[in-house]
Amino acid sequence: MPAADTMTETRAIRPKEQSTPAAGAPTPIEGPFDQAYIKIRDFNFYYGDNKVLHDLTLDIAERHVTAFIGPSGCGKSTLLRNLNRMNDLVDGIRHTGDILVNGHSIYDPLLEVIALRKRIGMVFQKSNPFPKSIYENVVYSLRVAGRNRKSELDEVVERSLRGSALWDEVKDRLDESAFSLSGGQMQRLCIARAIANRPEILLMDEPCSALDPIATAKIEELIHDLKREYTIVIVTHNMQQAARVSDRTAFFYLGKLIEYSVTKAIFTNPANPQTEAYVSGRFG
Amino acid sequence: MVWITSMGLAVGLTMIVFLLGMIVYNGLEVFWPKPVVRLELREGSTAGLNNAPAFGGVIVKTQEKAVQVLASEGETLAPQREYQLFVGNKDVYGFGYKFVDNTEIVAESRPPEIVVAERLEYGNAIFVPKELKLADGNTVTGDDRQFEATLESLVDEGNKRRTEIRRIERDQIGDLNRKFDSIRLARRSIEAKGGELSPADREKLAELDATSTALQAEYELKAAKARELRDLQHANQIVYTTLDGAERTLPTGDLIGFYYPNTLSLPGKAGLFVHRFWSFLSDEPREANTEGGIFPAIFGTFVMTLLMSMAVTPFGVLAAIYLREYAKQGVFVRSVRIAVNNLAGVPSIVFGVFGLGFFVYFLGGTIDRLFFSLSLPTPTFGTGGVLWASLTLALMTVPVVIVATEEALSAVSRGTREGSLACGASKWQTIQSIVLPASLPGILTGLILAMARGAGEVAPLMLVGVVKLAPTLPIDTIYPFVHLERKFMHLGFHIYDLGFQSPDSEAAKPMVFATTFLLILLVVCLNLGAILIRNHLRKKYRTSTF
Repeated sequence: MPAADTMTETRAIRPKEQSTPAAGAPTPIEGPFDQAYIKIRDFNFYYGDNKVLHDLTLDIAERHVTAFIGPSGCGKSTLLRNLNRMNDLVDGIRHTGDILVNGHSIYDPLLEVIALRKRIGMVFQKSNPFPKSIYENVVYSLRVAGRNRKSELDEVVERSLRGSALWDEVKDRLDESAFSLSGGQMQRLCIARAIANRPEILLMDEPCSALDPIATAKIEELIHDLKREYTIVIVTHNMQQAARVSDRTAFFYLGKLIEYSVTKAIFTNPANPQTEAYVSGRFG
Repeated sequence: MVWITSMGLAVGLTMIVFLLGMIVYNGLEVFWPKPVVRLELREGSTAGLNNAPAFGGVIVKTQEKAVQVLASEGETLAPQREYQLFVGNKDVYGFGYKFVDNTEIVAESRPPEIVVAERLEYGNAIFVPKELKLADGNTVTGDDRQFEATLESLVDEGNKRRTEIRRIERDQIGDLNRKFDSIRLARRSIEAKGGELSPADREKLAELDATSTALQAEYELKAAKARELRDLQHANQIVYTTLDGAERTLPTGDLIGFYYPNTLSLPGKAGLFVHRFWSFLSDEPREANTEGGIFPAIFGTFVMTLLMSMAVTPFGVLAAIYLREYAKQGVFVRSVRIAVNNLAGVPSIVFGVFGLGFFVYFLGGTIDRLFFSLSLPTPTFGTGGVLWASLTLALMTVPVVIVATEEALSAVSRGTREGSLACGASKWQTIQSIVLPASLPGILTGLILAMARGAGEVAPLMLVGVVKLAPTLPIDTIYPFVHLERKFMHLGFHIYDLGFQSPDSEAAKPMVFATTFLLILLVVCLNLGAILIRNHLRKKYRTSTF
């Protein structure tokens, strides 16, 4: 168990939320909810002249796992990468509509994109540890924020690595290169890195697509635990995974949001025939 | 196809191995002591020296005669060969090498009593010792058992005394000269004010005069001491006969070392080999660079290459970072990149001319006017020096570093960069703490290439600061320790100078090989150093293979 006791403090910016749904039994949430932490409103997105996201409107609940599913090229990753404005790096992008996090637009010209990214951690499809030691990988986000106090960093390393269920495996070799880890360990290191700065939201872009089943199971278990602390948005190609880890699921197709509902409903009783076709494996 | 390609490689490799082998063999052979032969000539032969019936030397090579006597009909001639001999004793003969026709020789022998002595002037002497005339009036004859030991102690003593003289003349008197110089400058700065001198100034001038007088007295003292030591160098003398019978007398203080070439055992030869190689590495050149060592040239090359690396690395890396990370990729950046690549193909002499015009005359001249106006018209920075030479070479090699750095930067994966940005790092933080460390091995590869090119370059250096003989090293123990304005010696230029500017090309030839060998060795060492650092970094910053 990741050390839940070290994570019991709640931050003032969030309303206290009691319910931590038990695994396998997501709390049903109907319609647009008050606690929606991320609000996507009429969002259109273009790469040059190519419109890749069409009029998306959806709410993402705080401290829940929301899964984006859909066939390749449906825009789910693009949407995810817009949540922390990672797409800013690409030339010739354009958007209309808005995305609000905790009530504030992330496109607010007064908002620094760096400050935004500090609040939103991200885990990538391909694990991307830095060419540094395990220790330095974890504390990187603190270092770039100018926080260099040894005692604080030590504490963060232990908390984050425990949080990503990696502590016991690496506690004796924190000074070794991150590349000495196995593939699954590297991905969990990337998760530790993403949560080191205690972000509010954790974005996961197909975090298990390059991992073996055992490593995948570990990370899914981890997602369950992280849900208590973080709002998680996960993009996945793996239908079973979406069913296992998420509370709510959004199905995208060709840049449009086809269906968004409680995960159980999507997989057992989809309202849209396209969704049904996809989740039952008939296309995609 | 596989045969043609492999043949291409084989030809290239053979050529390189052959070239290196030749340089290493010839470069090292110089230091291996060879026997001295005594040749007796047929009666009435004029092939010897001074019409003497015998002479001798070290056989350098044996070859077919250049001009062959044609056989008349029905007659068979013996192979017509000739020896090239190193006869030494340049003070006696006026030359060091001589060809002799084999048909002139009646007998060859290797007498054990022959001595080869290295001297301060006129190169080696080859002789049979007759006697030592000691300062106390005693003599030791050449066949005395004490002779070798006595001569050795005298030579040792002479070498020690020479070091002492050098210390006095170069360090102590040099120090005094610097003090004289600063007094002269101080006086000039007072006089330069012009007009009536203030009492304070006058007082200062008087003070300077007093110091100057004191220094002069000290100088006389030192000079007298040096003279005294010099005279001592001539106190003991050795009398010897050259192999053709001429008798000479030489002060033992002029000898640097000696050995009996025909009685040397193999370990003795090896010891001498090491000793001579080491002297070559650590001594200063003598006799228009054809004798002695090449230490200043090695040191100059090393310092210049190091300074060049220090200049070229930040310069090239910053340029590459801008080109790759910040500049908006487009036609302009592409054409800049092409221009940079083409810069690497500009002939190096062009960079030399540019360095002379821009660095030496313009920058150096400006610095002199601003900061060293007192010592004008003697230029300080306004003449070639190790700083300008390094900067010129840095300019020449910067394209190599830029290209290599750009390659290395673009090899850092997008995922790694995004990972850093997602942690809330700014672009510059990402570059400096993630991208640059990961591309350090690639940057070092560029630096290695730049060093290899820079260290071997000669043409531009001739314009911006290399000299045939530099009296001082660019780094020494005198404040401020690093003298960037000083002219320096360089191995590459040394090779050119020895091989093509030397008064005695035969004597210089072995030195050319030895110097070439050392230049290659130095470049290899510098590169090995950089490669070791690179491998260390590679291990540290190994990028994901996952």
